[in-house]
Amino acid sequence: MLQPNLKEEEGIEAIETWNVGEQQELEGDEESKLSIALDINSTCAKVAFFIISKSMNSPTPQFVPSRLGIYEPIHQIGIWGENFKSNGNPNTSTSVIVEVDNKLENESETTSHEMLTASKNYEQEASKPIDKIQRRLAQNREAARKSRLRKKAYVQQLENSRLKLIQLEQELQRARQQGLYMGGVLEGSHIGFSGTVNSEDSVGIAAFEMEYGRWVDVQHRQICELRTALNAHISDIELRILVESGIGHYFELFRMKSTVAKADVFYVISGVWKTSAERFFSWIGGFRPSELLKVLVPQLDPLTEQQILEVCNLKQSCQQAEDALSQGMEKLQETVSSTVAGGPVDEVSYIPQVATAMEKLEALVSFVNQADHLRQETLQQMSRILTTCQAARGLLALGEYFHRLRALSTLWATRPPEPSLP
Amino acid sequence: MDKVMRLTTERGVVLFSKSSCCLCYAVKILFQELGVTPTIHEIDQDPEGREMERALMRLGCKAPVPAVFIGGKLVGSTNEVMSLHLGGGLIPLLRPYQAFC
Repeated sequence: MLQPNLKEEEGIEAIETWNVGEQQELEGDEESKLSIALDINSTCAKVAFFIISKSMNSPTPQFVPSRLGIYEPIHQIGIWGENFKSNGNPNTSTSVIVEVDNKLENESETTSHEMLTASKNYEQEASKPIDKIQRRLAQNREAARKSRLRKKAYVQQLENSRLKLIQLEQELQRARQQGLYMGGVLEGSHIGFSGTVNSEDSVGIAAFEMEYGRWVDVQHRQICELRTALNAHISDIELRILVESGIGHYFELFRMKSTVAKADVFYVISGVWKTSAERFFSWIGGFRPSELLKVLVPQLDPLTEQQILEVCNLKQSCQQAEDALSQGMEKLQETVSSTVAGGPVDEVSYIPQVATAMEKLEALVSFVNQADHLRQETLQQMSRILTTCQAARGLLALGEYFHRLRALSTLWATRPPEPSLP
Repeated sequence: MDKVMRLTTERGVVLFSKSSCCLCYAVKILFQELGVTPTIHEIDQDPEGREMERALMRLGCKAPVPAVFIGGKLVGSTNEVMSLHLGGGLIPLLRPYQAFC
Protein backbone atom coordinates (compact mmCIF):
# COMPACT_ATOMS: atom_id res chain seq x y z
CA MET A 1 0.00 0.00 0.00
CA LEU A 2 1.81 3.03 -1.20
CA GLN A 3 0.67 6.00 0.84
CA PRO A 4 -3.07 5.44 0.61
CA ASN A 5 -3.85 8.58 2.53
CA LEU A 6 -2.11 10.71 0.01
CA LYS A 7 -4.18 9.19 -2.76
CA GLU A 8 -7.31 9.89 -0.82
CA GLU A 9 -6.31 13.51 -0.60
CA GLU A 10 -5.64 13.55 -4.29
CA GLY A 11 -9.00 12.12 -4.96
CA ILE A 12 -10.75 14.63 -2.76
CA GLU A 13 -8.88 17.43 -4.42
CA ALA A 14 -9.90 16.13 -7.79
CA ILE A 15 -13.53 16.03 -6.76
CA GLU A 16 -13.26 19.51 -5.36
CA THR A 17 -11.89 20.76 -8.62
CA TRP A 18 -14.68 18.94 -10.40
CA ASN A 19 -17.41 20.55 -8.30
CA VAL A 20 -15.88 23.98 -8.43
CA GLY A 21 -15.45 23.55 -12.13
CA GLU A 22 -19.13 22.85 -12.48
CA GLN A 23 -19.98 25.99 -10.52
CA GLN A 24 -17.84 28.02 -12.82
CA GLU A 25 -19.31 26.34 -15.83
CA LEU A 26 -22.76 27.58 -14.88
CA GLU A 27 -21.61 31.17 -14.94
CA GLY A 28 -19.05 31.42 -17.70
CA ASP A 29 -19.60 31.96 -21.40
CA GLU A 30 -19.74 29.18 -23.96
CA GLU A 31 -16.09 28.95 -24.78
CA SER A 32 -14.91 28.95 -21.24
CA LYS A 33 -17.63 26.45 -20.46
CA LEU A 34 -16.19 24.05 -22.95
CA SER A 35 -12.67 24.53 -21.70
CA ILE A 36 -13.84 24.08 -18.14
CA ALA A 37 -15.68 21.01 -19.26
CA LEU A 38 -12.44 19.67 -20.59
CA ASP A 39 -10.73 20.44 -17.30
CA ILE A 40 -13.51 18.64 -15.54
CA ASN A 41 -12.96 15.74 -17.84
CA SER A 42 -9.35 15.32 -16.87
CA THR A 43 -10.22 15.77 -13.23
CA CYS A 44 -12.92 13.23 -13.60
CA ALA A 45 -10.53 10.81 -15.13
CA LYS A 46 -8.23 11.22 -12.15
CA VAL A 47 -11.12 10.69 -9.78
CA ALA A 48 -12.27 7.61 -11.56
CA PHE A 49 -8.89 6.06 -11.50
CA PHE A 50 -8.48 6.88 -7.88
CA ILE A 51 -11.72 5.14 -7.12
CA ILE A 52 -10.99 2.19 -9.29
CA SER A 53 -7.52 1.76 -7.84
CA LYS A 54 -8.89 1.96 -4.33
CA SER A 55 -11.43 -0.69 -4.95
CA MET A 56 -8.98 -2.93 -6.68
CA ASN A 57 -6.25 -2.24 -4.15
CA SER A 58 -3.77 -1.64 -6.89
CA PRO A 59 -0.78 0.51 -5.97
CA THR A 60 -0.68 3.02 -8.78
CA PRO A 61 -3.50 4.28 -10.98
CA GLN A 62 -2.58 4.05 -14.60
CA PHE A 63 -3.69 7.28 -16.03
CA VAL A 64 -4.37 6.61 -19.68
CA PRO A 65 -5.27 9.71 -21.65
CA SER A 66 -7.37 7.79 -24.14
CA ARG A 67 -9.87 7.07 -21.38
CA LEU A 68 -10.79 10.71 -21.46
CA GLY A 69 -13.46 9.90 -23.97
CA ILE A 70 -15.77 8.12 -21.59
CA TYR A 71 -16.27 11.12 -19.34
CA GLU A 72 -17.91 13.16 -21.96
CA PRO A 73 -21.14 13.18 -20.02
CA ILE A 74 -19.80 16.26 -18.34
CA HIS A 75 -20.15 17.84 -21.74
CA GLN A 76 -23.72 16.63 -21.60
CA ILE A 77 -24.29 18.34 -18.26
CA GLY A 78 -22.88 21.47 -19.79
CA ILE A 79 -25.30 21.23 -22.64
CA TRP A 80 -28.25 20.66 -20.36
CA GLY A 81 -27.14 23.60 -18.31
CA GLU A 82 -27.04 25.81 -21.38
CA ASN A 83 -30.43 24.65 -22.58
CA PHE A 84 -31.91 25.15 -19.19
CA LYS A 85 -30.71 28.68 -19.26
CA SER A 86 -31.86 29.43 -22.79
CA ASN A 87 -35.39 30.74 -22.69
CA GLY A 88 -37.10 27.61 -23.89
CA ASN A 89 -36.86 28.51 -27.57
CA PRO A 90 -36.86 25.19 -29.38
CA ASN A 91 -34.69 26.58 -32.16
CA THR A 92 -31.94 27.51 -29.77
CA SER A 93 -31.90 24.07 -28.24
CA THR A 94 -31.65 22.47 -31.64
CA SER A 95 -28.67 24.55 -32.65
CA VAL A 96 -26.89 23.84 -29.40
CA ILE A 97 -27.29 20.11 -29.94
CA VAL A 98 -25.83 20.43 -33.39
CA GLU A 99 -22.75 22.16 -32.04
CA VAL A 100 -21.78 19.24 -29.88
CA ASP A 101 -20.26 16.03 -31.18
CA ASN A 102 -22.98 13.42 -31.83
CA LYS A 103 -20.91 10.72 -30.24
CA LEU A 104 -21.44 12.31 -26.85
CA GLU A 105 -25.13 11.67 -26.77
CA ASN A 106 -24.77 8.00 -27.56
CA GLU A 107 -22.38 7.37 -24.76
CA SER A 108 -23.91 9.66 -22.19
CA GLU A 109 -26.43 7.19 -20.78
CA THR A 110 -24.00 4.41 -19.96
CA THR A 111 -21.17 6.62 -18.86
CA SER A 112 -23.18 8.86 -16.54
CA HIS A 113 -24.33 5.67 -14.90
CA GLU A 114 -20.72 4.58 -14.61
CA MET A 115 -19.91 7.91 -13.11
CA LEU A 116 -22.54 7.60 -10.43
CA THR A 117 -21.50 4.05 -9.70
CA ALA A 118 -17.93 5.25 -9.39
CA SER A 119 -18.90 7.96 -6.95
CA LYS A 120 -20.98 5.46 -5.00
CA ASN A 121 -17.93 3.18 -4.71
CA TYR A 122 -16.02 6.15 -3.46
CA GLU A 123 -18.66 6.78 -0.82
CA GLN A 124 -18.39 3.22 0.41
CA GLU A 125 -14.61 3.51 0.66
CA ALA A 126 -14.65 6.82 2.53
CA SER A 127 -17.14 5.99 5.28
CA LYS A 128 -14.46 7.13 7.70
CA PRO A 129 -15.83 10.11 9.60
CA ILE A 130 -13.88 12.89 7.90
CA ASP A 131 -15.98 16.04 7.60
CA LYS A 132 -14.22 17.25 4.53
CA ILE A 133 -14.95 14.08 2.67
CA GLN A 134 -18.58 14.07 3.73
CA ARG A 135 -19.01 17.64 2.63
CA ARG A 136 -17.51 16.84 -0.72
CA LEU A 137 -19.76 13.86 -1.04
CA ALA A 138 -22.79 16.00 -0.34
CA GLN A 139 -21.70 18.47 -2.96
CA ASN A 140 -21.19 15.63 -5.32
CA ARG A 141 -24.68 14.32 -4.75
CA GLU A 142 -26.08 17.80 -5.11
CA ALA A 143 -24.33 18.27 -8.41
CA ALA A 144 -25.63 14.97 -9.68
CA ARG A 145 -29.15 15.89 -8.59
CA LYS A 146 -28.96 19.22 -10.34
CA SER A 147 -27.69 17.48 -13.38
CA ARG A 148 -30.67 15.16 -13.37
CA LEU A 149 -33.05 18.09 -13.00
CA ARG A 150 -31.47 19.88 -15.88
CA LYS A 151 -31.72 16.77 -17.97
CA LYS A 152 -35.42 16.52 -17.11
CA ALA A 153 -35.99 20.13 -18.12
CA TYR A 154 -34.14 19.55 -21.36
CA VAL A 155 -36.25 16.50 -22.18
CA GLN A 156 -39.39 18.48 -21.36
CA GLN A 157 -38.30 21.15 -23.82
CA LEU A 158 -37.73 18.51 -26.45
CA GLU A 159 -41.22 17.15 -25.88
CA ASN A 160 -42.71 20.62 -26.26
CA SER A 161 -40.81 21.19 -29.48
CA ARG A 162 -42.04 17.86 -30.74
CA LEU A 163 -45.63 18.80 -29.99
CA LYS A 164 -45.23 22.09 -31.80
CA LEU A 165 -43.68 20.32 -34.74
CA ILE A 166 -46.57 17.89 -34.98
CA GLN A 167 -49.07 20.73 -34.86
CA LEU A 168 -47.21 22.53 -37.63
CA GLU A 169 -47.12 19.36 -39.69
CA GLN A 170 -50.85 18.93 -39.29
CA GLU A 171 -51.46 22.50 -40.38
CA LEU A 172 -49.21 21.96 -43.34
CA GLN A 173 -51.05 18.82 -44.30
CA ARG A 174 -54.35 20.62 -44.14
CA ALA A 175 -53.00 23.39 -46.30
CA ARG A 176 -51.70 20.78 -48.72
CA GLN A 177 -55.09 19.11 -48.87
CA GLN A 178 -56.57 22.39 -49.92
CA GLY A 179 -53.80 22.73 -52.44
CA LEU A 180 -54.69 19.28 -53.77
CA TYR A 181 -58.29 20.31 -54.28
CA MET A 182 -57.10 23.37 -56.09
CA GLY A 183 -54.84 21.14 -58.17
CA GLY A 184 -57.82 18.91 -58.91
CA VAL A 185 -59.76 21.80 -60.38
CA LEU A 186 -56.77 22.79 -62.49
CA GLU A 187 -56.57 19.23 -63.82
CA GLY A 188 -60.19 19.39 -64.87
CA SER A 189 -59.78 22.64 -66.73
CA HIS A 190 -57.43 21.19 -69.32
CA ILE A 191 -60.13 18.97 -70.78
CA GLY A 192 -62.08 22.00 -71.77
CA PHE A 193 -64.61 22.61 -69.06
CA SER A 194 -65.41 26.18 -68.28
CA GLY A 195 -62.98 25.49 -65.51
CA THR A 196 -62.85 28.83 -63.86
CA VAL A 197 -60.18 27.92 -61.39
CA ASN A 198 -62.22 28.37 -58.31
CA SER A 199 -60.21 30.67 -56.16
CA GLU A 200 -63.54 31.36 -54.52
CA ASP A 201 -63.54 27.74 -53.41
CA SER A 202 -60.24 28.06 -51.63
CA VAL A 203 -61.40 31.35 -50.16
CA GLY A 204 -64.56 29.58 -49.02
CA ILE A 205 -62.52 26.85 -47.42
CA ALA A 206 -60.12 29.28 -45.76
CA ALA A 207 -63.06 31.27 -44.43
CA PHE A 208 -64.65 28.10 -43.09
CA GLU A 209 -61.45 27.02 -41.36
CA MET A 210 -61.24 30.33 -39.58
CA GLU A 211 -64.91 30.35 -38.65
CA TYR A 212 -64.72 26.78 -37.46
CA GLY A 213 -61.76 27.61 -35.23
CA ARG A 214 -63.85 30.33 -33.64
CA TRP A 215 -66.82 27.99 -33.45
CA VAL A 216 -64.81 25.50 -31.39
CA ASP A 217 -63.67 28.27 -29.03
CA VAL A 218 -67.23 29.48 -28.52
CA GLN A 219 -68.33 25.88 -28.01
CA HIS A 220 -65.77 25.45 -25.29
CA ARG A 221 -66.89 28.64 -23.58
CA GLN A 222 -70.52 27.54 -23.72
CA ILE A 223 -69.68 24.19 -22.16
CA CYS A 224 -67.95 25.91 -19.26
CA GLU A 225 -70.92 28.24 -18.82
CA LEU A 226 -73.33 25.31 -18.80
CA ARG A 227 -71.27 23.49 -16.23
CA THR A 228 -71.13 26.51 -13.95
CA ALA A 229 -74.84 27.20 -14.42
CA LEU A 230 -75.84 23.63 -13.59
CA ASN A 231 -73.70 23.58 -10.46
CA ALA A 232 -75.06 26.94 -9.38
CA HIS A 233 -78.67 25.78 -9.85
CA ILE A 234 -79.76 28.89 -11.73
CA SER A 235 -83.38 29.49 -12.66
CA ASP A 236 -85.04 27.59 -15.47
CA ILE A 237 -85.53 30.73 -17.51
CA GLU A 238 -81.84 31.58 -17.44
CA LEU A 239 -80.95 27.96 -18.17
CA ARG A 240 -83.33 27.98 -21.13
CA ILE A 241 -81.38 30.87 -22.62
CA LEU A 242 -78.17 28.88 -22.37
CA VAL A 243 -79.83 25.82 -23.91
CA GLU A 244 -81.24 27.82 -26.80
CA SER A 245 -77.87 29.40 -27.57
CA GLY A 246 -76.21 25.99 -27.31
CA ILE A 247 -78.53 24.42 -29.83
CA GLY A 248 -78.36 27.51 -32.01
CA HIS A 249 -74.60 27.15 -32.02
CA TYR A 250 -74.86 23.70 -33.58
CA PHE A 251 -77.30 25.04 -36.16
CA GLU A 252 -74.74 27.70 -36.98
CA LEU A 253 -72.23 24.94 -37.73
CA PHE A 254 -74.65 23.23 -40.10
CA ARG A 255 -75.16 26.54 -41.92
CA MET A 256 -71.40 26.99 -42.24
CA LYS A 257 -71.03 23.46 -43.54
CA SER A 258 -73.77 23.95 -46.09
CA THR A 259 -71.99 26.99 -47.49
CA VAL A 260 -68.59 25.34 -47.75
CA ALA A 261 -70.15 22.15 -49.17
CA LYS A 262 -71.26 24.17 -52.17
CA ALA A 263 -67.66 25.31 -52.62
CA ASP A 264 -66.10 21.90 -52.11
CA VAL A 265 -68.18 18.96 -50.95
CA PHE A 266 -65.15 16.66 -50.78
CA TYR A 267 -63.62 18.98 -48.25
CA VAL A 268 -66.61 18.55 -45.95
CA ILE A 269 -66.86 14.81 -46.45
CA SER A 270 -63.16 14.22 -45.90
CA GLY A 271 -63.50 15.63 -42.41
CA VAL A 272 -60.06 17.17 -42.77
CA TRP A 273 -61.38 20.18 -40.88
CA LYS A 274 -61.86 18.03 -37.79
CA THR A 275 -59.38 16.35 -35.50
CA SER A 276 -58.31 12.80 -36.21
CA ALA A 277 -60.34 11.08 -33.50
CA GLU A 278 -63.48 12.94 -34.58
CA ARG A 279 -62.78 11.89 -38.15
CA PHE A 280 -62.67 8.27 -37.02
CA PHE A 281 -66.37 8.51 -36.21
CA SER A 282 -67.28 10.54 -39.27
CA TRP A 283 -70.45 9.71 -41.17
CA ILE A 284 -71.23 11.73 -44.28
CA GLY A 285 -69.25 14.72 -43.12
CA GLY A 286 -70.12 14.75 -39.42
CA PHE A 287 -71.20 12.78 -36.39
CA ARG A 288 -73.84 10.06 -36.55
CA PRO A 289 -77.13 11.18 -35.01
CA SER A 290 -77.64 7.77 -33.40
CA GLU A 291 -74.16 8.10 -31.88
CA LEU A 292 -75.21 11.44 -30.47
CA LEU A 293 -78.16 9.80 -28.73
CA LYS A 294 -75.97 7.05 -27.32
CA VAL A 295 -73.72 9.69 -25.75
CA LEU A 296 -76.57 11.81 -24.44
CA VAL A 297 -79.10 9.40 -23.00
CA PRO A 298 -77.06 7.90 -20.14
CA GLN A 299 -76.42 11.44 -18.89
CA LEU A 300 -80.10 12.28 -18.71
CA ASP A 301 -81.36 10.03 -15.94
CA PRO A 302 -83.91 10.11 -14.59
CA LEU A 303 -86.33 10.18 -17.50
CA THR A 304 -90.09 9.82 -17.18
CA GLU A 305 -91.77 6.84 -18.80
CA GLN A 306 -93.17 9.06 -21.51
CA GLN A 307 -89.72 10.44 -22.18
CA ILE A 308 -88.18 6.99 -22.33
CA LEU A 309 -90.75 5.97 -24.90
CA GLU A 310 -90.20 9.06 -27.02
CA VAL A 311 -86.42 8.75 -26.87
CA CYS A 312 -86.73 5.12 -27.87
CA ASN A 313 -88.84 6.04 -30.88
CA LEU A 314 -86.43 8.77 -31.80
CA LYS A 315 -83.51 6.34 -31.62
CA GLN A 316 -85.31 3.95 -33.90
CA SER A 317 -86.38 6.48 -36.51
CA CYS A 318 -82.89 7.99 -36.41
CA GLN A 319 -81.36 4.63 -37.10
CA GLN A 320 -83.76 3.98 -39.96
CA ALA A 321 -83.08 7.35 -41.56
CA GLU A 322 -79.33 6.82 -41.19
CA ASP A 323 -79.54 3.40 -42.80
CA ALA A 324 -81.51 4.81 -45.69
CA LEU A 325 -78.98 7.58 -46.28
CA SER A 326 -76.06 5.17 -45.92
CA GLN A 327 -77.50 2.89 -48.53
CA GLY A 328 -78.14 5.87 -50.78
CA MET A 329 -74.48 6.81 -50.42
CA GLU A 330 -73.41 3.30 -51.31
CA LYS A 331 -75.59 3.45 -54.39
CA LEU A 332 -73.97 6.75 -55.31
CA GLN A 333 -70.51 5.24 -54.94
CA GLU A 334 -71.49 2.31 -57.14
CA THR A 335 -72.93 4.65 -59.74
CA VAL A 336 -69.91 6.93 -59.89
CA SER A 337 -67.53 3.99 -59.89
CA SER A 338 -69.24 2.17 -62.72
CA THR A 339 -69.53 5.41 -64.70
CA VAL A 340 -65.84 6.19 -64.37
CA ALA A 341 -64.84 2.61 -65.13
CA GLY A 342 -67.22 2.29 -68.02
CA GLY A 343 -66.34 2.36 -71.67
CA PRO A 344 -63.34 0.83 -73.41
CA VAL A 345 -60.05 1.41 -71.65
CA ASP A 346 -57.99 1.18 -74.78
CA GLU A 347 -59.39 4.45 -75.95
CA VAL A 348 -57.48 7.53 -74.96
CA SER A 349 -60.44 9.78 -74.36
CA TYR A 350 -62.23 9.31 -71.07
CA ILE A 351 -64.09 12.57 -71.26
CA PRO A 352 -67.61 11.19 -71.59
CA GLN A 353 -67.18 8.94 -68.55
CA VAL A 354 -65.69 11.65 -66.40
CA ALA A 355 -68.28 14.19 -67.52
CA THR A 356 -71.13 11.86 -66.61
CA ALA A 357 -69.51 11.05 -63.30
CA MET A 358 -69.31 14.77 -62.55
CA GLU A 359 -73.07 15.08 -62.90
CA LYS A 360 -73.63 12.19 -60.56
CA LEU A 361 -71.28 13.62 -57.97
CA GLU A 362 -73.53 16.64 -57.65
CA ALA A 363 -75.76 14.39 -55.59
CA LEU A 364 -73.07 14.28 -52.92
CA VAL A 365 -73.92 17.81 -51.88
CA SER A 366 -77.53 16.73 -51.32
CA PHE A 367 -76.40 13.84 -49.16
CA VAL A 368 -74.22 16.04 -47.00
CA ASN A 369 -77.10 18.45 -46.58
CA GLN A 370 -79.45 15.61 -45.71
CA ALA A 371 -77.06 14.22 -43.15
CA ASP A 372 -76.75 17.63 -41.49
CA HIS A 373 -80.50 18.00 -41.63
CA LEU A 374 -80.79 14.71 -39.78
CA ARG A 375 -78.38 15.93 -37.11
CA GLN A 376 -80.31 19.12 -36.73
CA GLU A 377 -83.62 17.31 -36.46
CA THR A 378 -82.25 14.95 -33.84
CA LEU A 379 -81.08 17.86 -31.70
CA GLN A 380 -84.39 19.61 -32.14
CA GLN A 381 -86.40 16.55 -31.16
CA MET A 382 -84.31 15.96 -28.07
CA SER A 383 -84.79 19.57 -27.09
CA ARG A 384 -88.54 19.04 -27.42
CA ILE A 385 -88.62 15.81 -25.40
CA LEU A 386 -86.39 16.95 -22.54
CA THR A 387 -86.91 19.42 -19.75
CA THR A 388 -84.72 22.51 -19.72
CA CYS A 389 -82.46 21.08 -17.07
CA GLN A 390 -82.12 17.79 -18.89
CA ALA A 391 -81.42 19.56 -22.15
CA ALA A 392 -78.69 21.58 -20.45
CA ARG A 393 -77.09 18.42 -19.10
CA GLY A 394 -77.41 16.86 -22.53
CA LEU A 395 -75.68 19.74 -24.24
CA LEU A 396 -72.94 19.67 -21.63
CA ALA A 397 -72.46 15.95 -22.16
CA LEU A 398 -72.33 16.34 -25.93
CA GLY A 399 -69.94 19.25 -25.89
CA GLU A 400 -67.71 17.54 -23.37
CA TYR A 401 -67.68 14.39 -25.52
CA PHE A 402 -66.40 16.25 -28.56
CA HIS A 403 -63.93 18.17 -26.41
CA ARG A 404 -62.52 14.87 -25.14
CA LEU A 405 -62.30 13.47 -28.65
CA ARG A 406 -60.23 16.49 -29.64
CA ALA A 407 -57.99 15.98 -26.63
CA LEU A 408 -57.64 12.33 -27.59
CA SER A 409 -56.51 13.39 -31.05
CA THR A 410 -53.80 15.63 -29.63
CA LEU A 411 -52.62 13.02 -27.17
CA TRP A 412 -52.51 10.39 -29.85
CA ALA A 413 -50.49 12.64 -32.12
CA THR A 414 -47.95 13.27 -29.40
CA ARG A 415 -47.61 9.81 -27.96
CA PRO A 416 -43.98 8.71 -27.51
CA PRO A 417 -42.55 6.84 -30.46
CA GLU A 418 -42.47 3.05 -30.36
CA PRO A 419 -39.11 1.83 -28.99
CA SER A 420 -37.05 0.47 -31.85
CA LEU A 421 -36.44 -3.24 -31.82
CA PRO A 422 -33.09 -4.36 -30.38
CA MET B 1 -99.64 18.68 -64.64
CA ASP B 2 -102.72 16.60 -65.22
CA LYS B 3 -100.79 13.40 -65.17
CA VAL B 4 -99.15 14.33 -61.92
CA MET B 5 -102.45 15.30 -60.34
CA ARG B 6 -104.04 12.09 -61.51
CA LEU B 7 -101.20 10.02 -60.17
CA THR B 8 -101.10 11.73 -56.83
CA THR B 9 -104.74 11.04 -56.13
CA GLU B 10 -104.01 7.37 -56.26
CA ARG B 11 -104.54 5.81 -52.91
CA GLY B 12 -101.54 5.00 -50.88
CA VAL B 13 -98.01 6.19 -50.95
CA VAL B 14 -96.83 7.71 -54.20
CA LEU B 15 -93.20 8.49 -54.88
CA PHE B 16 -91.99 10.47 -57.85
CA SER B 17 -88.41 9.51 -58.53
CA LYS B 18 -85.67 9.33 -61.12
CA SER B 19 -83.92 6.03 -61.69
CA SER B 20 -80.54 7.76 -61.51
CA CYS B 21 -81.29 9.63 -58.30
CA CYS B 22 -79.56 8.13 -55.29
CA LEU B 23 -81.42 10.29 -52.80
CA CYS B 24 -84.66 8.87 -54.22
CA TYR B 25 -83.14 5.45 -53.68
CA ALA B 26 -82.56 6.35 -50.03
CA VAL B 27 -86.21 7.30 -49.62
CA LYS B 28 -87.26 4.03 -51.24
CA ILE B 29 -85.09 2.14 -48.75
CA LEU B 30 -86.67 4.05 -45.87
CA PHE B 31 -90.17 3.11 -46.96
CA GLN B 32 -89.05 -0.46 -47.36
CA GLU B 33 -87.78 -0.48 -43.79
CA LEU B 34 -91.10 0.88 -42.63
CA GLY B 35 -92.98 -1.89 -44.39
CA VAL B 36 -94.44 0.27 -47.12
CA THR B 37 -94.36 -0.32 -50.85
CA PRO B 38 -94.93 3.03 -52.52
CA THR B 39 -96.12 3.39 -56.07
CA ILE B 40 -93.04 4.64 -57.80
CA HIS B 41 -93.07 6.80 -60.91
CA GLU B 42 -89.67 7.19 -62.50
CA ILE B 43 -90.19 10.41 -64.34
CA ASP B 44 -86.92 10.12 -66.24
CA GLN B 45 -88.35 7.07 -67.90
CA ASP B 46 -91.66 8.71 -68.64
CA PRO B 47 -92.22 10.40 -72.01
CA GLU B 48 -93.92 13.27 -70.23
CA GLY B 49 -91.11 13.46 -67.70
CA ARG B 50 -90.19 17.07 -68.37
CA GLU B 51 -93.75 18.19 -67.85
CA MET B 52 -94.05 16.21 -64.67
CA GLU B 53 -90.87 17.76 -63.35
CA ARG B 54 -92.21 21.24 -63.92
CA ALA B 55 -95.53 20.32 -62.37
CA LEU B 56 -93.90 18.97 -59.24
CA MET B 57 -91.87 22.09 -58.82
CA ARG B 58 -94.96 24.20 -59.21
CA LEU B 59 -96.58 22.18 -56.46
CA GLY B 60 -93.91 23.42 -54.11
CA CYS B 61 -91.13 20.86 -54.29
CA LYS B 62 -87.74 22.57 -54.38
CA ALA B 63 -86.24 19.55 -56.10
CA PRO B 64 -88.65 17.70 -58.36
CA VAL B 65 -87.54 14.36 -56.98
CA PRO B 66 -87.97 12.70 -54.64
CA ALA B 67 -91.53 13.84 -54.10
CA VAL B 68 -93.75 11.92 -51.69
CA PHE B 69 -97.52 11.93 -51.60
CA ILE B 70 -99.50 10.04 -48.99
CA GLY B 71 -103.24 9.59 -49.48
CA GLY B 72 -103.26 12.25 -52.16
CA LYS B 73 -101.54 14.89 -50.04
CA LEU B 74 -98.07 16.21 -50.72
CA VAL B 75 -95.71 15.39 -47.87
CA GLY B 76 -92.66 16.87 -49.51
CA SER B 77 -89.11 15.95 -50.41
CA THR B 78 -86.40 14.14 -48.42
CA ASN B 79 -86.16 16.92 -45.83
CA GLU B 80 -89.83 16.83 -45.01
CA VAL B 81 -89.99 13.04 -44.94
CA MET B 82 -87.02 12.85 -42.57
CA SER B 83 -88.32 15.57 -40.26
CA LEU B 84 -91.71 13.92 -40.17
CA HIS B 85 -90.21 10.57 -39.39
CA LEU B 86 -88.00 11.80 -36.57
CA GLY B 87 -90.90 13.71 -35.14
CA GLY B 88 -92.87 10.49 -35.06
CA GLY B 89 -95.44 11.71 -37.58
CA LEU B 90 -94.59 9.55 -40.55
CA ILE B 91 -95.57 6.14 -39.25
CA PRO B 92 -99.12 7.18 -38.29
CA LEU B 93 -99.59 8.45 -41.84
CA LEU B 94 -98.25 5.23 -43.27
CA ARG B 95 -100.13 2.89 -41.01
CA PRO B 96 -103.06 2.24 -43.37
CA TYR B 97 -100.58 1.28 -46.06
CA GLN B 98 -98.11 -0.75 -44.06
CA ALA B 99 -97.78 -4.40 -44.97
CA PHE B 100 -95.30 -6.43 -42.97
CA CYS B 101 -94.62 -9.88 -44.25
